Order: sequence, then C-alpha cells, then structure tokens
Amino acid sequence: MQELGAAFAEAFRLVATLDPNLREIVALSLQISLAAVGLAALIGLPLGAGLAVMRFPGRGVLVVTLNALMGLPPVVVGLLVYLLLSRAGPLGHLGLLYTPTAMVIAQAILVTPIVAALTRQTVEDMKEEYLDQLRVFGITPLGMVKTLLWDARYSLLTALLAGFGRAVAEVGAVIIVGGNINHVTRVMTTTIALETSKGNLSLALGLGVVLVTITIAANAAVMALRVSARRLAYA
Amino acid sequence: MKSKTVESTRQRIAPVAVLVSMLTIALMPATAIAGDSIIVQSTTSTQNSGLFEHILPKFTHSTGIEVRIVAVGTGQALKNARNGDGDVLLVHAKPAEEKFVADGYGVKRSDLMYNDFVIVGPGRDPAGVRGMRDATAALAKISGARSPFVSRGDDSGTHKKEQHLWKETGVDPVSASGDWYRETGSGMGATLNTAAGMGAYTLSDRATWITFENKADLEILVEGDKRLFNQYGVILVNPDKHPHVNAKAGQRFIDWLLGADGQAAIASYRRDGQQLFFPNADS
Amino acid sequence: MPDTALCRDTGGVVDQRRPDHAVLPIECRRVVVGRSGRRLLDGVDVSIDGTGLTVILGPNGAGKTLLLRVLANLFAPDSGEVRWAHLRPDRVRAPKIGFVFQKPMMLRRSVIANVIYALAAIGMPRHECPSRAHEILGLASLDHLAGTPARLLSGGEQQRLALARALATEPEVLLLDEPASSLDPAATLAIEKMITTVRGRGTRLVLVTHDIGQARRLADTVLFMHRGRIVERAPSPDFFENPAQAAARAFIEGRIVL
Repeated sequence: MQELGAAFAEAFRLVATLDPNLREIVALSLQISLAAVGLAALIGLPLGAGLAVMRFPGRGVLVVTLNALMGLPPVVVGLLVYLLLSRAGPLGHLGLLYTPTAMVIAQAILVTPIVAALTRQTVEDMKEEYLDQLRVFGITPLGMVKTLLWDARYSLLTALLAGFGRAVAEVGAVIIVGGNINHVTRVMTTTIALETSKGNLSLALGLGVVLVTITIAANAAVMALRVSARRLAYA
Repeated sequence: MKSKTVESTRQRIAPVAVLVSMLTIALMPATAIAGDSIIVQSTTSTQNSGLFEHILPKFTHSTGIEVRIVAVGTGQALKNARNGDGDVLLVHAKPAEEKFVADGYGVKRSDLMYNDFVIVGPGRDPAGVRGMRDATAALAKISGARSPFVSRGDDSGTHKKEQHLWKETGVDPVSASGDWYRETGSGMGATLNTAAGMGAYTLSDRATWITFENKADLEILVEGDKRLFNQYGVILVNPDKHPHVNAKAGQRFIDWLLGADGQAAIASYRRDGQQLFFPNADS
Repeated sequence: MPDTALCRDTGGVVDQRRPDHAVLPIECRRVVVGRSGRRLLDGVDVSIDGTGLTVILGPNGAGKTLLLRVLANLFAPDSGEVRWAHLRPDRVRAPKIGFVFQKPMMLRRSVIANVIYALAAIGMPRHECPSRAHEILGLASLDHLAGTPARLLSGGEQQRLALARALATEPEVLLLDEPASSLDPAATLAIEKMITTVRGRGTRLVLVTHDIGQARRLADTVLFMHRGRIVERAPSPDFFENPAQAAARAFIEGRIVL
C-alpha cells in the first residue's frame, strides 16, 4: 500500500519539477504513438469505410479477420517487425532497427486493425441511415465512402482514440524493435519496464500514473469534443 | 426545440486546444543525433548497474562517437549480434562468446572486466546457508531443505553459471521445477523482484544486486567462492559477415575500453561506496 | 433482380424529339413485389410524363411508398421493369429524379453545406456552389439559417431544406413521399407553397399521400391505390366528385378501407 502512496508522490514530483528526463520520455512516447495513429488512420479509415460500403465475395471473411487482428499481441508484432527490419532480414538494408521509425511502424501495425474495424462498424451503422438519400444523388461508391467518413467524423475520433490508447500503453512491440536505447528509443512504457527491473518500483509506478493521466486527458478531450458536437447535432 | 446555435467554433476550441497541445509536446525537439554512432548489444544486468551511464560520456566526450546500448538478455544479445544488429557485443558468457568468434561472427574476444556472483536469500535463511563460502555446498543445502529458489531460466550468463553450479552438486533442480525450484525466464531484475516477493533464494551478479532497489528482506548470504567469478568480454561484430557494421568506430570503442582510459573509468564506478566492476583487460 | 425485358426499348438513345429529357417518361410495367406470400405491388403499370402534379393516394399499406421507391430505382421489384426515358435506370441519371423522403435525411453538416453537397453531386465547380446554394436557400426562405447545423432545424424547416436540396440538382421530376405527414399545419402550408411554386415552373411532380385534403389541394391527376394495385386513375376534380371504384369512394368518404 505504501508503494501506491510513494508512487503518487513520485508522479507528482516528476511533473511538478518538469523533470527533463520525463519530458523527453513523454515527448517521444507521444510522438511515436501519435505518428502510429496517424499512419493507422491513413490506412484504416478508408479501409474500414470501404469494407462498410462495398460488397464483394470474401468480404465476410475479411471483416472477421480484421476484427480478430484487433487482438494482435504486441510482443508478437514486435518480433515480426524485428525479423523484417533486422540486418539479417529482408528489409535490413534500410537500417531502421532501433530507431523511432521502427517503433512507429510496429505500433501502426498494431493500431490499424483497431481503427479499421471500428471504422467499418461506425460507417456501416451510418450507411443504413444515409443510403437512400445518397443513392438519389447518384453518388459513386467512392463518393459514399468520402461522405460517410466525413459525416461520421466525431464517432471516428473515438476509433482513433482507442487506437491511441492501445499504442501508448503497449511495451512488447516497441521494446523489441526500439531496443529501449536511452535518449533515442526509450518511451514511457519501456522506462516503466526498466525501472521495474531495477527494483525502482515507486518510480516505475509514478511513471505509470503519469502515463494513465495522459491517456485520461486524451479521452476527456475527445469526449468534450463529442459532447459539443452532439449539441450541434453533428455527432 | 432548443434555440438554434449558429456554428460556434468557440464551443469546440477548448478540447481541440488540449489535443493540439499534446501534439505540440510530441513535436518538442527530440535528441539530436550525433555524427557517428555505434550500437552495442549488451545485457540488462550490465545496463541496470548504471555502468554505462558512468563510462560512456567520457568516451563520447573524447571521441565524439555516440554509443547506443541495446540491453537484452544474453541469449538475445548474442542472437542480435549474430544477425548483425549491432556493432559491438559486450556480455558475460565466455563459452558462448568464444563460440560466437569461432563461428565467424566476431573478430576477436577480449577480457574486459570481472565481478562476482552472490547467493541472496531471505534474512531468516531457512536452509541455513549464511556465511558459507562454498557455493555448491550451499546449493546442495537449499535443495535438501527444499527451500524456494528462483532461477532466471533464460540461458543468460547468470543462468549458465547457476546451471554449472547445480551440476557440481549432482542435484537436478529442473525436475523440481514448479515446486521449490522456480524458473522465471526473465532478466535479473525481474527475477530479484520475484525472489523478494516469494522470500526465496537466488543467484545474482553483485552489480545488479547492489543497485537493486527492491531488496525487501533479501540479503547476501553466500559469497567469495571463486566459482562465483563472473568475467565480461567484448567483441567486435565481424564486418566481413556484416559489411554495414561500423567497424572503425566499434574498434575505437573497444580499444578505449581495453585501454587505460576505459579501464580507469570502469574501476572508478561506485555505487553505495562499492566498486561494482573490476577491469582486467590484458596489456 | 430478374427483369423480363418485354418492354419496347428505343434502342439506347434519349428520345430525339425531347433532347432535354434524360429520365422522362418514368415508367414501370407489370411490377410485382411480394413478401411472405402477400403481394405488396400486384402488377402495376405507371407512366409519368409531361408536366403537372400527380398524387398517388390510398390507405396505409396500399403500396404507395413502395411504388414511388421502385420508380426512383431505390427498390428492385421481384418482376417487371422500370424505365427512365425508355432506358434502364442508372446511377448517372439518378440526380435527375428528385426525392423527398417522409422523414428528412439531413447530412451532419450545416444547412448550406447540405445544399452544396447536392450541387457538387451534379458536378458544379466548388467555387460556384456557395452562391448558387444561397440562392436556393433564399427561395426556400432558409437563407438566414445557412450556417446552422441542419439537424438542429425544426421538422418543418428540415423538410423545406430537403425539398430545396432535391431541387438543387435541377430534376426533371420530383418525387415526394408523404412530405408533410409529420408536420404541423404552418409547416405543411409552407411545404405546399413550395410545391405549388415548383409545379408552376413546369417540373413534373409525383406526391404520395394518404391525406385527402392535401390531395384535393394539390393534385392535377390522382392515382388511387388499393392493396398493391392502381385501381383508379383520373384527373383531379373528377376523381373527388365522381370516384368510380368502391374503394376510392369509401376512402374519400372517410370510411376505413380494408
């Protein structure tokens, strides 16, 4: 129990003193996870919307697979990306291993199925409402995808938030492909793992408190956005 | 019906501002990349001891070469180096290191520094091994008493040392795995956490032990046996096998480590007034 | 859906005598729709052409809305064909048929953005859309609400917007499915005024309703439907004064028609 108390005290101290180490780690964590979510959005939003709008043989299998991929274990993804980017692997010549870029790639792989699957669900629900009206306008399937994606923008924010939460909280992928190198690829979760292995439990937990606070802040911001959007009947 | 609100961006600015400020924090300048850099595959115990934080700045200051440490289990470090995912290998598993060179993945293995292992256990010492100087006899007593013993179980240098000691006792603890012999399959820190949590015995390198912050009621009970000697070696990854290896900078690092400056830096590292590593490069 | 192509086709070109008409006449022949043994549309033939306002009248469940959706190619019948200007319906010409739904479907955008969407759908260049959209909103007396989120409008305002938006694509024919059924009298009046204006400009209109008073007020022609069939077709004052069919007569007199 005293560990928890010490943890909150530690978290408070780190934040209050704007500990430079903490700032660096938090900045990198956000950079990587936000970039990963950005990449996942680029791929997952159109993919999910396309799946919602189009009908083609094998679509059902694709949807089930996508849903299942939401549960990809981070450590497995990390291992796969490591094998790809290792000097001994097919993309080794790119020299991406142990860089933040590799971490973004690994997290993007983790997050894209989440974004795509949630997008598909959201867009499909909205399509029910919109279909007839869009058809009388003679909208192409591509146009339908664009229209639904835009009109569902606030709901999709939640899909992106879910992806962000997953990315910023995982350690298995980034620790393998990033190497947890000090000042280069060390993020919040890998630091927590490191400090735990050093027995610095209060510090590890304190960092954990900071991490959870950041996630709560992101969630609160999105919720506030959605509430105000609902007031304008845009959500 | 509510009064109609003309689209007011003000209502939406506050939460957007939060998200934007998160992005701004994220875009804060990260570390500048130094001109030349090498990747060193090493072990978590070496990293956790804090040695690198102490000696690397001196090296970077005099050469301008940035050293990036990837700290993983010994097995993983060897595998990574074998794959060419590093320029220098620094571990403490001499037989494995010699095989690494013999297989052509390393140029040459050199002794770098040493310290020792200790057997730690709960203060109440149920197996009664406190003060013994014979590590194998101590282990025999522990197994005889079926006192909980935590093993790293991860093929690391520490694990291999532990297996070697068990062999000398004639006891096969793995047959009791899950019973009094618990294999965590983790690094030294995690294993110590587990031992502390269970009040169990375990074998640890002294450097990790001294710097470990969660000792709970564990203490050093057995030390000084020359069997507990722990030798560290350093190897340059073979550029013939992996042409991209930064052999020049890597060799400079190794030369520095083995030379007077590096050896002195290693010797000067203290925690709680104790020296953790003892340089012993030839020359 | 199976389509027995027994209807005469003009060979794939727009009627040369009427080069402006991409979709008229809107026709359906022998359309059948069945569900669990019942015939919701039982061999319906309709041809919509020319000008004026046709009301499709009848009790609930007669198949009026379904017929309208079939004509607009929103619903594919089990058998029979639908033709626009003697050709099969296609996506490209769809905007030429305006449709106002019973419940207005507003995009999650502002009022003017809804109209701009329709203009963009027919290919108007983006920079021209706003001014034309304001014009259209003005005609519907909605321009003062241009920036308001469309879904915050009252029911009547939303339906006026839906009507204005449908007209934005400059359709040859406007189909309306009980547009005022959930509106209060003031809103109903506003909608009917807009409809009358549109008719005055020569656009063809087809209005589905079960409201006899509204039918009397607006119809030039009446198609009376009962149990999936068109049982009577007549010009307006005649139909209401001298309904030929018993079902029609019963309906006009306000009795429940089974």
